[in-house]
Formats: sequence, structure tokens, C-alpha cells
Amino acid sequence: MYMHRALIIVTLLMSTQITTAQESRFGVPATQADIDKSFWAVFPDGEFLPEGEGNVAEGRELFEYNCNICHNFPDENDPVKNRIGKLFGVKDKRGKTNLKQTIGSYWPHSTTIFNYIRRAMPLVAPMSLSNSEYYSLTAYLLHENGIIAEDYVINKETLPKVEMPNKDGFVNAYPEVPNKYKSGH
Amino acid sequence: MSKKKNSLVIDATDHTTKGGLLNRRLFLSSAIATSAALATTRAAYGQGVVGEGQEDWVLFPGSDALEYSNRSRFEVDSVKRLLPNDSQEFLDLRLTKFVARTPLDHLMGTITPNGLHFERSHQGIPDIDPNKHSLVIHGMVKNPLKFDISALENYPTVSRNHYVECSGNSAVLWEKNPTNQSLQEIHGLLSGSEWTGVLLSTLLDECGISPDAKWIIAEGADNGMMTRSIPIDKALDDTMIAIRQNGERIRPSQGYPMRLLNPGFEGNTSVKWLRSIYVSDRPVMSVQETAKYTDMMPDNKALQFTLEQDVKSIITRPSNAMSLKKHGLYEITGLAWSGKGKIAKVEVSADGGNTWADAALEGPIHSKMLTRFRVPWLWEGGSAILQSRAIDEFGRIQPTRKELIDARGRNGIYHFHAVHSWGVAKSGKIKHVYA
Ligand code: HEC
Repeated sequence: MYMHRALIIVTLLMSTQITTAQESRFGVPATQADIDKSFWAVFPDGEFLPEGEGNVAEGRELFEYNCNICHNFPDENDPVKNRIGKLFGVKDKRGKTNLKQTIGSYWPHSTTIFNYIRRAMPLVAPMSLSNSEYYSLTAYLLHENGIIAEDYVINKETLPKVEMPNKDGFVNAYPEVPNKYKSGH
Repeated sequence: MSKKKNSLVIDATDHTTKGGLLNRRLFLSSAIATSAALATTRAAYGQGVVGEGQEDWVLFPGSDALEYSNRSRFEVDSVKRLLPNDSQEFLDLRLTKFVARTPLDHLMGTITPNGLHFERSHQGIPDIDPNKHSLVIHGMVKNPLKFDISALENYPTVSRNHYVECSGNSAVLWEKNPTNQSLQEIHGLLSGSEWTGVLLSTLLDECGISPDAKWIIAEGADNGMMTRSIPIDKALDDTMIAIRQNGERIRPSQGYPMRLLNPGFEGNTSVKWLRSIYVSDRPVMSVQETAKYTDMMPDNKALQFTLEQDVKSIITRPSNAMSLKKHGLYEITGLAWSGKGKIAKVEVSADGGNTWADAALEGPIHSKMLTRFRVPWLWEGGSAILQSRAIDEFGRIQPTRKELIDARGRNGIYHFHAVHSWGVAKSGKIKHVYA
């Protein structure tokens, strides 16, 4: 870090011919309220998950009123809604991973569901439900993807413990794509 | 009234609205055509006026200078393309038109005009009041700090030329059969600009980051709060908080008032409308780095964090936006770029990759920026397959489509970067082909 600071000063000296090196520092202290307003991430290990609790039955009801206008129920197959976002589906008939990349077939972390739907859904009015309601919707999506039982309660303790079927399905391509996926050269 | 008939003196009554532009319309709308106007001139000044045969815009004063100028009203074709062919039912549920592509066939050089930069949002373009927006940097730092736009303007800024390419650009080329989409539809999620801003390393240094920091988590202030994890080595290298694009403040569609810019990384990581950077020891695994922007490989594993973009090039002229009208000399030109550094060489083939000729590169060549290439081509009327192949300063060579698919299969939908082919028929018609 100190090296970085030194570099910045040197650059300043060279580029603008300022003779007395002075550091530019214009940030002001961020309050907890500033942070809470702008930071919504929750991590796979459960860090930053909020209080509250939800269940599958409530989730199903919430889904009907808040989500079903755009997303199919598991037993529906409206092609327009499938294009908007197919939320269910684990394996295809041959037992192969369903390439439609649904929660059950593809998503590696359970917390991603809560992290995403709380910030982004329902599309017409994101963040319009309570944390418990978002937990219920998460429970419903997990259950209908065949991942948790009907009576599994979702909260900040239980959600990170949910094992996703495709949790080992990803290979890191940073900083380099693994050799086997490199093309020729 | 009589004064008007006898001379070209224009008085206040001609200005139906503010601005001189209406003077000309006045003549047209009152059904006095140009010739009639000229006749009036002649009547006023006598026979033998020297302006005979000149166009209107030579003979009459032009319009006022504007506070913010527009293109010529004749430039109607050079526009972005919104979503192609979507049903109204889909658009109704999708709520916003979330993608617009750059008309590469209408552009030359390497800088995309701000109004033609491609646009991609997930939940629409927010209308942010800069006085109510700031960036908070927190997490594994000594001092969590907040920066508003006026604070950022105080730093020593950098201005750098960089391209931005959506991870989903050219995605249709993964498909089994060649598409008949236009150049713009296939490759138009690509633009180049001069970006001005503050290096993120400057701000991270001010906050004092922990030596254990490995990632930053960037979140936007848009509806849906776009979230991406970016490795700390990138964040401390050339990542910037961009506040200006081609000199002016960035446009709302580009992240006004401030965006992350990760040069050479897939476009989605350059989080627009940026308002939070959480310094972390691990990635957050957001939807856009797990469910989206990952590619299924032939062994059913998915590549994740394909962040640094490969070396790539496309021919932008000729393209399927035109057809060759007569035999003779043409210039083949296009764009090449690499997410790692500078373009070193571009080769062009007119026979589907059997033989290659070096193209001239137009300098200065910037790192992680579009480079324009050109090569003259004599078309003698035969069929031809035009291709370009880029090589970067690290010796990375753009693969053929077959090489790319042999390595990665066809189940991925992002990160297509193989050689692209235009097939020229004897008739001069051009279409996209696989070769
Ligand atoms: C007005 C339409 C609409 C409504 C209502 C809606 N969604 Fe969505 N949903 C979308 C769209 C559009 C996307 C894709 C967004 C994108 O591309 O970034 C999406 C994406 C998703 C995804 C990610 C899908 C994937 O495969 O990546 C999930 C999960 C989701 N929605 C859940 C919900 C839930 C839960 C609700 C109800 C609380 C809901 N949605 C309500 C339109 C809607």
C-alpha cells in the first residue's frame, strides 16, 4: 500500500510538475447508515444474511401474487415466461444436467437466490417485500427445485447449509482459462 | 408586407419560434419553393445574380449554434438497434428495452460517439441525481470512505482509451447454423471511448486496505443493484472509477454519474451507477457470476470468472450491411482488440483462411482498446470468404471457430471470440458464413 502511495506522488510530480508533493485525499468518513443503504451483498457462508425466517407454504403464496405473472409455476410451460426466466428444473429425462441453467440444475450457491431476488425481484418492484418474505420465496424456489423438504425453514442459519446439486460444477477461469479449454494456440 | 416582397430582409415576424432554422421552413411552408425565392432575389437585385444554381444552404443563412448539437437530419441510418424481433407479450413482461447495439458498419476510426455507445442494462437506465449519489468503499479497510462526484473531480485524473465489450457479444455465432443477422446485431455490443476518471488504486490506498483483501464486490445503484466480484490484483492495477467519456460526463446509459471500468474485462464487470465497493477476501457469487456469464464446457463443468477477454477481430467493411456493386478495388477494414494488452498484428484472408496478408494497423495502438486495420482488396468478381485474425502483443492468436468449439463445445453462450467470416457471392451479395 505504501508503495502505491509513493507511486501516486511520483506520478503527480512528473505529470503536473507540482513541486511540493501533496497527497490528494478527498474521501469523507462513511457512516454505517451510508454502508447499509448501498451494500446488499450476502455471501455463500451466510455473512450479511438478515434476521427473519420463511417457509415453503408462504413462499408458494407469495410466488403466485408477486412472481407468476412473469415466471411459470413448476407445472406450467408458457414459452414467453420461460424466456423471461425459467426458475425450476433439475435434471432432464436422461438424468443429464439440464442446460437451461436453472436453480436446481446449475446454481452453485443457495445464498445467491436470496441475494438476487431481494435486490432485483419482483421486476416491477424490487425490495418491496420483507426479509422474511424473501426467505419464504427462497424456500419455495429451493423446494420446487427438489433441494429442500417442504417443512425446511429458511433463515440466516439454515440457508447457507443448503447443498446445491451443482455445487461442484464450476471451474475458475481467472486469471487463466484452464489448458484443456484453451483453443489451439 | 410589401417590404418583404421586394427584398430578402427577414424581420421578427418570420421567427415563429426562437432560432433561425425556421426561416427556411417559412419559405417551404408558405409554398414558395426555392426557385420562387430565387426569383424574388432576382427581382430584388436585378438580372444576372451570381448565386444562380447554388443550393439553399449557400444562399441563406444557416441555423443557430446550439447548446448541445445534433447530427445532420440526413443521418437517419446510423442508429443503435434495439432488441430484434421480440413479441409484444415478452416486451410487456420485460418492462424495459434493455439492449441497444452500436452501428459498427456506420463508424470509422476507433472512438464510438457517446450517443452510439452500446447500451445494456438489466432493469433499465436509472435517472440518478448526482447530488444524491456517492460511492462508499468499505469492508476490509482501515477507513471506510465516501466519495461524491465533486470529490472525485478533485483527484489527479487519468484519461485512457479502452473498449467495452459485453460478454454476450457475437453469441449467435455459437449456434449450429450461420445467422442472417446484420453485423450490428451480431457484433454491436462493442464500443470504444476515451474514459476519464480516478484509478481505483488511488481510492483504495486512501481507505487503507487489508493485506488479506483478495476481491472487491461492486454494486450499482440501478434497479436490481448489479453486483460483481473483481479480483484485487485487477482493482489495484488499471481499474478506474470513470466519470467522463470522450471528455463529457458519462451518459446515464453508461453509468452516470460514476461507473467502474475494468479495461479488457468482460463488460458486465464494469458496474455502472456504482455506489458500493466492499473489499473482501472472497467473491460474493452473485447471479451474474454464477447463473449468468458462465459457460458450460463439453465435460459439463462451467467456466466461471472468464474475466479477461481474449484476442478478437471483426471486419466491419465490407459486411452484410452492403453488397459489392462493381468489380474493382475495395478497402477491407475492421477492428481488433485484446483484453490483455495491445494488438500486435492483424491478418486478413479473402479465401477462407488458406492464405493471409498483413493488414496495416492505424496507430496509436492503445492497450485494451480497439485498433483499426485496413487492407486493400481487388475484387474481380469471384466468390470470396473474408476473414480477419488478430494477434496480440503476448502472441495470443484469435482461434478459428472450429478450434474454439473443439476446446469449449457449443453449450456456452458467452465469450465467443473466434474468427468471423463474410461470404461474398459472385453477385456481390455478402452474408455471414461459417468457414
Ligand atoms: C414483471 C416481470 C417479473 C416479475 C413480476 C418477476 N420477475 Fe423474476 N425475472 C424477470 C426478468 C425479466 C428476469 C431476468 C432479469 C435479467 O435478465 O437480469 C428475471 C429473473 C429472475 C430470476 C433469475 C433467473 C435466472 O435464471 O437467472 C429469479 C430467481 C427470479 N426472477 C425470481 C423472481 C421472483 C421470486 C419473483 C417474485 C417475487 C419474480 N422473479 C418476479 C421478470 C420478472
